[in-house]
Amino acid sequence: MPYAVSFQQVSRHFGSVRAVDAVDLEIEAGEFFAMLGPSGSGKTTCLRLIAGFEQPTSGHIEIFGETAEGVPPYRRNVNTVFQDYALFPHLNVADNVAYGLMIRGVGKAERTREAEAALEMVKLPGYGARKPGQLSGGQRQRVALARALVNKPKVLLLDEPLGALDLKLREQMQEELKVLQKALGITFVFVTHDQGEALSMADRIAVFNEGRIMQTGTPEEIYRRPKTRFVADFVGSSNVLSPQLTERLAGVAEWSSLRPEDIRLGSEGGHEASVTGTSFLGSATRLSLDVTGEKISVLLPSGARVPEQGESVRFSWDTSALHLMGPQA
Amino acid sequence: MSATTLRTGTGAILPGRGGVGGALSDAFWRNPKLLLFVMLTPPLLWLGIIYLGSLFALLIQSFFSIDEFSGLVVREFTLKTYGELLRPSNLDIIVRTVTMAGLVTIASAIIAFPIAYFAARYAKGRWKAVFYLGVMLPLWSSYLVKVYAWKLILAKEGILSWIFDKLHLTFLIDAWLTLPVVGGNSLSLSLTGTFLVFVYVWLPFMILPVQAALERVPGNLLEASADLGASPRQTFVNVLLPLALPGIIAGSIFTFSLTLGDYIIPQIIGTSHRFIGMAVYAHQGTAGNIPLAAAFTVVPVVIMGIYLWLAKRAGAFNAL
Repeated sequence: MPYAVSFQQVSRHFGSVRAVDAVDLEIEAGEFFAMLGPSGSGKTTCLRLIAGFEQPTSGHIEIFGETAEGVPPYRRNVNTVFQDYALFPHLNVADNVAYGLMIRGVGKAERTREAEAALEMVKLPGYGARKPGQLSGGQRQRVALARALVNKPKVLLLDEPLGALDLKLREQMQEELKVLQKALGITFVFVTHDQGEALSMADRIAVFNEGRIMQTGTPEEIYRRPKTRFVADFVGSSNVLSPQLTERLAGVAEWSSLRPEDIRLGSEGGHEASVTGTSFLGSATRLSLDVTGEKISVLLPSGARVPEQGESVRFSWDTSALHLMGPQA
Repeated sequence: MSATTLRTGTGAILPGRGGVGGALSDAFWRNPKLLLFVMLTPPLLWLGIIYLGSLFALLIQSFFSIDEFSGLVVREFTLKTYGELLRPSNLDIIVRTVTMAGLVTIASAIIAFPIAYFAARYAKGRWKAVFYLGVMLPLWSSYLVKVYAWKLILAKEGILSWIFDKLHLTFLIDAWLTLPVVGGNSLSLSLTGTFLVFVYVWLPFMILPVQAALERVPGNLLEASADLGASPRQTFVNVLLPLALPGIIAGSIFTFSLTLGDYIIPQIIGTSHRFIGMAVYAHQGTAGNIPLAAAFTVVPVVIMGIYLWLAKRAGAFNAL
């Protein structure tokens, strides 16, 4: 079984800017794959390379084993849910959803039926006659999803589709997307800068930075065993400890990461630090500690006593929580 | 502290600006409608009385008639003048003018679209400035100068025939000029010449609104269309054209109505056959037939009304 998408040494340069730089990537058929990274890290360009809106400067792209370079977007059985939805303002919702079918010459009656079925799938039955301008952000997002899925693509690309939604709606859509993906069995490639979103939804994640993939793996791997300082810091805002500090705390001179939620405060044992700041997060309290000049964050579960600023505390952790990343991470 | 004590000078509220300006600012802020009233009254008076009023006066004039013996206007309501308008010779003028206006509009739209598309989608910074300059520059020079320049370009011994001569293609012009209706003694004495000059002169009025409409089409709509399987041609027909249509209609209002009303271009370049504008000019001037001139003027107004009504019914403004 070929990969749904495979990149071999793919680069996309814009003048002197290396938006995507020698990327190797394999996305399995039927998986929910997330591309995670800060803005400008090359994740959206990768998505556009799969969609065909961009052509690689060098390298080789295959979609289900077929060469994709030089193939225009309209000849790729790949559909996109755009960041700002890109619904056609002059067409009503039903015609928006049926656009791909209309282009392929599907008859009016069948088109209408399939569009309505797709709208039902995204929980918007009976919205066909409205114009996109009359819908809320969340509804537009669902229409964009229906418009892409109605074509039964081999790969569905989602470009930060939940970015414009409020928190509650976003969490709801995350769940629905996941359920939909499992039910349809279509390969989803999801671009996001929200690590929580990537961790909760994806089967596998590729973490991007400066046009390169820093690490690929399951959410668990990425979160527990980051390979580099960047991954540790970007995914879950882990504490990245310098080799000097790691040596002092654990006796090994390597870069290491220590999750804020894995640190415990106590009155005995462990190491000493002073509290430089506290901020209440609702479900927890974030504490900033100063350990011989380096800053460490600690998440205190709600209910625990919150020390005062300037107070001296002792902290410890389970040995397995400290993840070593090597001397040159 | 009693409730009536006014505390001032704490710096929380700034003192009034004072003077007429300050008082006016405060008054306008409290009554936004007052400001609207003050701003709108002069233009509304202008539009209502001078513009619409004279149009109304014109409409009334067209229902009067002229006494054929005395040459005086008879101020009695009659449809006699409109009857005169429908005489074959006058109807001929109307058909010729409307056909010309329609062809000029279509040609302008076809030429304007690629230029406007380039300007809206690709031109940035300096190229955008070059575009605006290129489109607007012809509008800065006198219209008469341009028309006479075209007379020289299109004349029998003019630039165009010189170029065709050098290319050994003179026979093409000659063949074209032998055709009925569009032909004539030379390009500058044919309806073809009139058409070319109309298109040249009104083209900027088509380019600018089309460009403005295309500018508002987000690029990702075109990408979305391609993503959903549409070839460039299908994207043009199903997305770009419908979204650009309000701009094309706006531009066509200019090109169509300006051609309908113009009386100078067909007088300088073209045949002896008259256009509506020329007929109006002749009737209200030398002939002194104000009612018939007025009736001729009503024709473009009615045609434009029908045109806009049809465009609206066809959904041309749905994307607005």
